[in-house]
Formats: sequence, C-alpha cells, structure tokens
Amino acid sequence: MWKFLHKLASPPHFYGLAVRLIPWFAVPGFLLIAYGAYAGLFVAPPDYQQGDAFRIIYVHVPSAYLSVMAYMVMAVSAGIGLIWRMKLAHAVAAGAAPLGAWFTFLALATGSIWGRPMWGTWWEWGDPRLTSELVLLFLYFGYMALRGAIDDTAKADRASAVLALVGAVNVPIIHFSVEWWSSLHQGPTLFKEGGPAIDNAMLYPLLAMILGFTFVFGGLLLRRVRTEVLYRERRTRWVRELVFSAAGIK
Amino acid sequence: MMDQQRQMPGIWAGMVAVARRDLLLVLKRPGDVLNPLFFFAMVATLFPLAVGPSVEQLEFSGPGVLWVAALLAMLLSLNSLFTSDFEDGSLEQMLVSSLPLSALAFGKAAAHWLSSGLPLVIVSPLVAMTFRMPVAVVGVLMLTLLLGTLSLSLLGSIGAALTVGLHRGTALLSLLVLPLSMPVLIFGARTVSLAAAGDTAAGGLYFLAAYTVLIMSIAPFATAAALRISNE
Repeated sequence: MWKFLHKLASPPHFYGLAVRLIPWFAVPGFLLIAYGAYAGLFVAPPDYQQGDAFRIIYVHVPSAYLSVMAYMVMAVSAGIGLIWRMKLAHAVAAGAAPLGAWFTFLALATGSIWGRPMWGTWWEWGDPRLTSELVLLFLYFGYMALRGAIDDTAKADRASAVLALVGAVNVPIIHFSVEWWSSLHQGPTLFKEGGPAIDNAMLYPLLAMILGFTFVFGGLLLRRVRTEVLYRERRTRWVRELVFSAAGIK
Repeated sequence: MMDQQRQMPGIWAGMVAVARRDLLLVLKRPGDVLNPLFFFAMVATLFPLAVGPSVEQLEFSGPGVLWVAALLAMLLSLNSLFTSDFEDGSLEQMLVSSLPLSALAFGKAAAHWLSSGLPLVIVSPLVAMTFRMPVAVVGVLMLTLLLGTLSLSLLGSIGAALTVGLHRGTALLSLLVLPLSMPVLIFGARTVSLAAAGDTAAGGLYFLAAYTVLIMSIAPFATAAALRISNE
C-alpha cells in the first residue's frame, strides 16, 4: 500500500499512469453524456409545470455538483500537499481550481438562463444557492489570483493550500448563512428539501449526466495535472528524454 | 533573581508584548487609526447622497450601509498589518522566536482589532444616528460590530499573512478576504435589520459570537503557517 502510494507520488510514474488512465475516464464520460443528453432532451417527458424549460437541469445540476466537488478535491489535495509535502498533490490542487471555477461559472450561467423563464429574471438575489455559488466562484478566483501572484511555484503551492483549507472550513458556513439570510425574504420556491418526486424517465438521464460529468472532470483533471507535472519537471532528465523521443531525436 | 529574568517569557507575555508594541507604533502615527474612521464615515455619507435622503430609505438601508462601510474600513487597514514588520525584519525575529508564532500572530490581530475595530465600534453610534437608528438598535449595532470586527481582524490576518511581501497585495487581499467575510457581513447586517424591525437579535448575536470563537481558534494557526510560507 505504502509502496504503491510512494510510487504514485513520483512524477514520471504518475505521468505514465495518467497517459494510460485518461481514456478510461474520457470514453465512459462521453458515452454517458451522449446518452444523458439524448435521453434528457428527447426521451424524458416535459415537466408538468415547467414544460421543456426544465431540461437545462441536465447541465445545471451536474455542474453545480462538480463545482463543490472540485473544491473538495482541491482542498483535500492541498491539505495532503501541505502536510506530507507531496508535490504531486499540489499539482492536483492547482489543476482542480480552474476546472472548479469553470463548473461554477457553468452552474451560474445555466441557473441564470433557467431563472429567466421560471422567475422572470436573469438573477435572483433571493435564491440562496445562486448566491452561495457566486461566492464560491469568488473563492476560486481568490485562490487562482494568489497562485498567480507568487512567482515561486513551491511557495505558491503552500500559500494557496493554506487559503484552500481556510476556504474549505468557511464554505459550509457561507452556504448556511446565505440560506439564512434569504429565508428572511422568502421561503424556498423552486428547490425544496427532498424536492418534488422526479419521474424515472427524467431521473436516469440526470444520473447519467452527473456520472458522465464526473468522469469528464476526472479525465480533464488528469490531463491538467499531467501538463502541470511536465511543466514543473521541465528541467529533469526524464522529461528531456520524453520530449526527445517524442520528437524522434536520439 | 537573575535566573528568573533569563527565563523565556511566557506565551501570554509574548502575545501582550507584540500587541503592546503595535499599539505604541499606532500611537506614534495616529493617522493610521483616524484614516479608516474617516473612510467609514465617508462611505456612509456616500449612500444617502447616491440613493436620496428619504427617511424610510435611510432607516431601511442603514444597517446594511453601516456594515458594508465598516467591512471596507477594516479591509483598508489590514493591508499594512505585516508590511512594516516584513520590511524592517521584525517579522523574521518573530519567526525565529522560541514562542509559538500563532500566539504572536494572535497578538498582532488583537492589536489590529484594538486600533481599527474598536474605534469603529465607538464611532458607529454617531453615524448610525444620522440614519435615524433608534437607540436600542444602535446598541445591537455596536454589539454586532464588536463581535464582527474582531472576527474580521482575525480572518484578515490570514489574508494579510498570505499576501505579505507581494507587490500586488492590496487588490489581492480584498479578493481573498471578502468572500470569507460574507457570513460576518450577513449576520451582522441582518441582525441589526431584524432588531430595527422589532424582532429579537439574540440568534444573530449568538451566531456572530460562535463564529468569532471558531475563527479565533483557527486563524492564529493559519496566519502562522502563512507567515512561515511567505518568509521562506
């Protein structure tokens, strides 16, 4: 077990593993998304209240879920990097941040587009999830800005890791307080605890989309980390050999 | 007697010494305390000018405006929390000191609160009166500010420690600290609004107190870790 972890942490080994693993994430991811998109758009019946407008749920919910998931991946790997001084974990955190920010943006954009026909407005401050998602986006921006402001990679890794961990403690509190704040304005309108019962024909495509998005996230993350590892190890011999062999130079 | 003097100062003594030194420095430059206060009053002035002077509007927006102004004023003075220590090398002395860095960081944050949070709490009734806030509500406002600014000082010290020595510090610091300070703002402002509407303020105050205790137990360690990283 420890030997496996130790091997995993070595950059050349990880690089090779990532190259082999990426298709295992990409192919099921795209298949699941293809099924989910087709079934969600054409097979699932229209909602009795929202008509066809509800179909944006198939992009919105997976993105919203991944926006939080990516933050968890980022914070956990930042913590591992900080505690065990594992460089690879820092590379994972660095790779997860922009992906998380994108999924957060996607969740916000689709939520806003969904809100237009449902609430009659592009933006509803009264909806707690939309607001806490926006704060999450700012947290990602802060993380990436701090990383960008520090030139030394090792220092940037550790400083941003502290920020990610402090943020992780705060995320549930922010979510809770935004919910408390808006509950003074109005009760939850669209998203209720437990939610309205959802038909299986609607549910299965959604589950497929969530799973597919997760696979694609994993694949993209591996790709980003692979690039990050290559960049960080650019002065080492194995990278030089790799580049030379790829370019056909002996 | 000699032996006792040679002994290391305790954690508490070190914390107090750091805070005392910072407060003395502030006394030599009273502008550092006054400027954020003027800024606070100024931001609070901008709103009635921009929104219009109608009484209902002022009563309604008062708690929010005062809280946003206080938050920004706190942020303004955070930037320099570790800068001068970083430049003159006293920060390095704290790093190599045998006392736990987290205790010294707590002392710094406490001094920051005493020199920028507490004055805000004291001045806030003056500004609140211009927003037609009833006396009982002003009491609640002061209590929320008392707890809220304390947690902002502690939370901000993490951000200040992360950005110390960076050239683009100011905007970055706001980007780091503002999202984290959202719960303080929400509970601070909404509790005052609730009190103004005749509701009970206890729940919000308890939350603010709990949050302050939580941050008080996390922030010194995070600040210490950040200072170590920034000074590598």
